[in-house]
Amino acid sequence: MTLSVEPDEMGADAAEGPSGPLLSGGEIVVQALADEGVECVFGYPGGAVLHIYDALFRHGALRHILVRHEQAAAHAADGYSRATGKCGVCLVTSGPGATNVVTGIATAYMDSIPMVVLTGQVPTPVIGSDAFQEVDTVGITRPCVKHNFLVKDVNELALTIRKAFYIATSGRPGPVVVDIPKDVTDPGIKVPYAYPREVRMRSYSPIEKGHSGQIRRAVELMRAAKRPVFYTGGGVVLGEASGQLTELVRESGFPITSTLMGLGAYPTSDRQFLGMLGMHGTYEANMAMHETDVLIAIGARFDDRVTGKIEHFCPNAKIIHVDVDPSSISKNVKVDVPIVGQVGKVLEEMLRLYREQPAVSGTDTALAAWWEQIAQWRALDCLQYDRTSSTIKPQFAIETLHKVTKGDLYLTSDVGQHQMFAAQFYGFDKPRRWINSGGLGTMGFGLPAAIGVQLGHPDAQVACVSGEASILMCIQELATCMQYGLPIKVILLNNGYMGMVRQWQEFFYDGRYAHSYVDAVPDFVKLAESFGHVGMRVERPEELESAMQEAFAMTDRFVFLDVVVDPTENVYPMIAAGKGQHEMQLSPSLSDRELA
Amino acid sequence: MRHIIAVLLENEAGALSRVAGLFSARGYNIESLTVAPTDDPTLSRMTLVTTGNDDIVEQIKKQLNKLVDTVKLLDLCEGPHIEREMMLVKVRAERRDREELKRLVDIFRAKIIDVTDTSYVIELTGATHKLDAFIDTVAEELIIEVVRSGPTGISRGEKGLTI
Ligand SMILES: Cc1cc2nc3c(=O)[nH]c(=O)nc-3n(C[C@H](O)[C@H](O)[C@H](O)COP(=O)(O)OP(=O)(O)OC[C@H]3O[C@@H](n4cnc5c(N)ncnc54)[C@H](O)[C@@H]3O)c2cc1C
Ligand SMILES: Cc1ncc(C[n+]2csc(CCOP(=O)(O)OP(=O)(O)O)c2C)c(N)n1
Ligand SMILES: [Mg+2]
Repeated sequence: MTLSVEPDEMGADAAEGPSGPLLSGGEIVVQALADEGVECVFGYPGGAVLHIYDALFRHGALRHILVRHEQAAAHAADGYSRATGKCGVCLVTSGPGATNVVTGIATAYMDSIPMVVLTGQVPTPVIGSDAFQEVDTVGITRPCVKHNFLVKDVNELALTIRKAFYIATSGRPGPVVVDIPKDVTDPGIKVPYAYPREVRMRSYSPIEKGHSGQIRRAVELMRAAKRPVFYTGGGVVLGEASGQLTELVRESGFPITSTLMGLGAYPTSDRQFLGMLGMHGTYEANMAMHETDVLIAIGARFDDRVTGKIEHFCPNAKIIHVDVDPSSISKNVKVDVPIVGQVGKVLEEMLRLYREQPAVSGTDTALAAWWEQIAQWRALDCLQYDRTSSTIKPQFAIETLHKVTKGDLYLTSDVGQHQMFAAQFYGFDKPRRWINSGGLGTMGFGLPAAIGVQLGHPDAQVACVSGEASILMCIQELATCMQYGLPIKVILLNNGYMGMVRQWQEFFYDGRYAHSYVDAVPDFVKLAESFGHVGMRVERPEELESAMQEAFAMTDRFVFLDVVVDPTENVYPMIAAGKGQHEMQLSPSLSDRELA
Repeated sequence: MRHIIAVLLENEAGALSRVAGLFSARGYNIESLTVAPTDDPTLSRMTLVTTGNDDIVEQIKKQLNKLVDTVKLLDLCEGPHIEREMMLVKVRAERRDREELKRLVDIFRAKIIDVTDTSYVIELTGATHKLDAFIDTVAEELIIEVVRSGPTGISRGEKGLTI
C-alpha cells in the first residue's frame, strides 16, 4: 500500500523509506528520468501533468525543452534519438496533448526509433467517465507503439518507466507510451523509491546472436556468388554497426546499395557504393538488384518503395536476410537464408567466417565482370540534370549545400521532392547524419527534428531541408528555436508546389494539378524575422553559394534561407507503382537514349 | 488452411485488445478466440482459430510472438493434438420430438441439462466438426438458440505449453 504524507511536507527533503527515499509519483517520474540518464525532455504542460511539472521545477537538474505543439515534442525527441542513438523522451498532457503527439509516435514507430512518451491521464477514479480532457491514450496509441502502459499504482511507476526504456531501446527499437493518471503523481502520496537497475521480463527477450549454422550458409553463398549485392538499411544505423558493415563490404569487394533509411551507414562517397535503391534510387543500384545472384539484405525491411512490384524483385537471386525482428523476415519477400540477430554481432561472425572460408575459384573473374557491368550502368549518369539552367535547380541547391558545408552536416528533411533530392545529392559518409521520416513520410517532421538534433549535438552544424508546404506544418517551432538559441539553418527549396504531388499528377493524372499549387505562400523572410531570426532569399543560381556561405557563417543564429527553385523539376529516376525495379523512368534527357 | 494457435499471455489489462487489434490492423482472419486465466493467475491462455496460407499463418505467429505480453505460443496443428469446443443448444422439444432428440443426444454423447414442457438445453463437447454435425442433424425448425465457446485445444503427449 501507499504511504501518505501531509501536503505541507511536500517540499521537505525526501525522507528515507524502508528501501529508498520517499517520493511522490511526480517526483518519481522526474527522478527516474534522471536515473535513466536522460539529458533532455521535450514537452508541453497541461492539467494532467502539472504535478510532474512541479516536480520538474523543483528538481532543477533535468533539462526540459518547451515546444509549441505536442507533435513537435515527439519529432524533436525522435530527431534527438536518431542523431545521438539515445532514447528520446517527451512529456505531454492528457486528451489533446496525447492526440497531438500521435503523429509523432507513429512516425517513430514506422522507422523503429526508440522513444519514451509520458502522457498525463485523468485521475483513476474518473477514467471511463468522459472526464475533462480524457481520451483512451493506451487505446489510441496501441497500433503505433512497440508497447504501452497505463500506470494505476504509484508503487509501479518506477519499474514501469524502467521497463519502458528497456523495451524502447532493445531488440527492434520503437516508441513506448507510459500513460500516468493524475492521482498517481499526487504530491501528497509518497512511497519508497528505488530505480531498478535491471529488468527482466519473461514475455520479452529480444534475440541477440544469429544462428551460426545460418550464418555459415550465408557465407557459403557469398563465397560462391558471381553477381552479389549488399542491400542495407536503417537497421545498420540503429544497431550501430557501420564499422562492421564497412569492414565486411571492403573485405568482400562486393557492391553495396542502401535504402533511404540506411544512408551514411556505409560512406556514400566510396566507389563500392552504388547509390540509394528503390523508387527514386539510382539506375545502377536498381539494375544491380535486378541482376544479382546473391542478395545480402542487412537491417532492411523490403519496403514497397524498394521492391517495386514483388513479382519482378530480384528474380535471379538467393536472398540472405539479417534482421533482429523475425517478423521482418519473409514478410514481403520470401528469403532463402534468414538470420535473426543484432546486426553488429551477426556481421562480426560473418566477417570471421568469410575470412576462414576459401574463395571459390572463378568468382574473382565473375566479380570483375560484374563490376564492369556496373560501370556501364553507372556511365549513364542517371542523376544528371540541367546545370546551365537560369533558375535554381533543386539538385544544384543540394550540391551547393554539400560544397558549402563540406558534407559535414546533420541534415534533417521534410517530405517531398526536396527530401529525395537531399537523399540523392547531399552524400553522407557517416551514420546518423541523415534524419528523415521514411516509413510514415510525415510532412512537418524536419524542423522539430532539427531541434532535437541540435540539442543532442550543441556544437554541430544542423540544417533542415524543407519545402514551402512541409515547413508550414510545424512552423510554430520557430519560436522554440528562438527561445533556446538554436543556430539551425533551414534550407527551403521553394518550388511553389507540393512538388511530389505535382509530379505524380503530371505523370499519372494527365497534368490535372488538383490542389497541389501552394497558394498564398507567406513571405518567409519576414516570417522568420518576426520570430526574431534571420531570413534570406535567393533566386539566382550564381548567388546561391555566397548566400549559403553567409548563412552558415552566422554560427550563433537561426537562419531561414528561402531558395526559389524551378517549380517544375521532377525527381528521377522513378519506378512507377506496379513496375519492376528494372523498369525505371529516367530523366527526359536520358530516356530517349538507347539503354545498355 | 485452418490453424489453432494457443498463446500464453501475461494476464495484464489490455493484453486481449492487443491481440484483437493486431488481427484487425493487419487484416488477418479470425474465426474464434477464447481466453481465460490459467492455474497460474499471472498468465492467460488464449486459443485462436485462424485461416490463411502458410505464409500468412507464419506472419500471424511472428506478429503474435512480437507482442510484448506474449510469453509463449504453439500452433497446435503442427503436431498431434486434441481440439474441443463446447456448445449449448436450446431446442423446441414437444411430443414425438422429445424422443427423437434424446436419441440424438445419446448418439452424439451429449447431455440434456435443462428440461421444460416445451424445450431442452443440450450440452455437447467435441471437435468443431462434431458440433457442426450435430447441428446439421437436428431439424432446423427445432433450434431456438445455439451458443458455442469456440475451440480450445491441447497437444498430445507429455510435453506441455507452460513456462
Ligand atoms: C517520398 C518518399 C519516397 C521514398 N522513396 C524511397 C526510395 O526511393 N528508396 C528507399 O529505399 N526508400 C524510400 N522511401 C522510404 C521507404 O518508405 C522506407 O521507409 C524505407 O525504404 C525503409 O528502409 P529500411 O528497409 O532500411 O527499413 P527501416 O524502416 O529503417 O527498418 C529497419 C529494419 O532493420 C531492422 N533492425 C532494426 N534494428 C536492428 C538491429 N540492431 N539489428 C538488426 N536489424 C535491425 C528492423 O527490424 C527493420 O526490419 C521513401 C519515403 C518517402 C516518404
Ligand atoms: C502530413 C502529410 N500530409 C500529406 C502528405 C502527402 N505529401 C507527400 S509530399 C507532399 C508535398 C510536399 O510539398 P513540399 O513540402 O512543398 O515539398 P516538395 O515536394 O515541393 O519538395 C504531400 C502533400 C504527407 N506526406 N504528409
Ligand atoms: Mg514545394
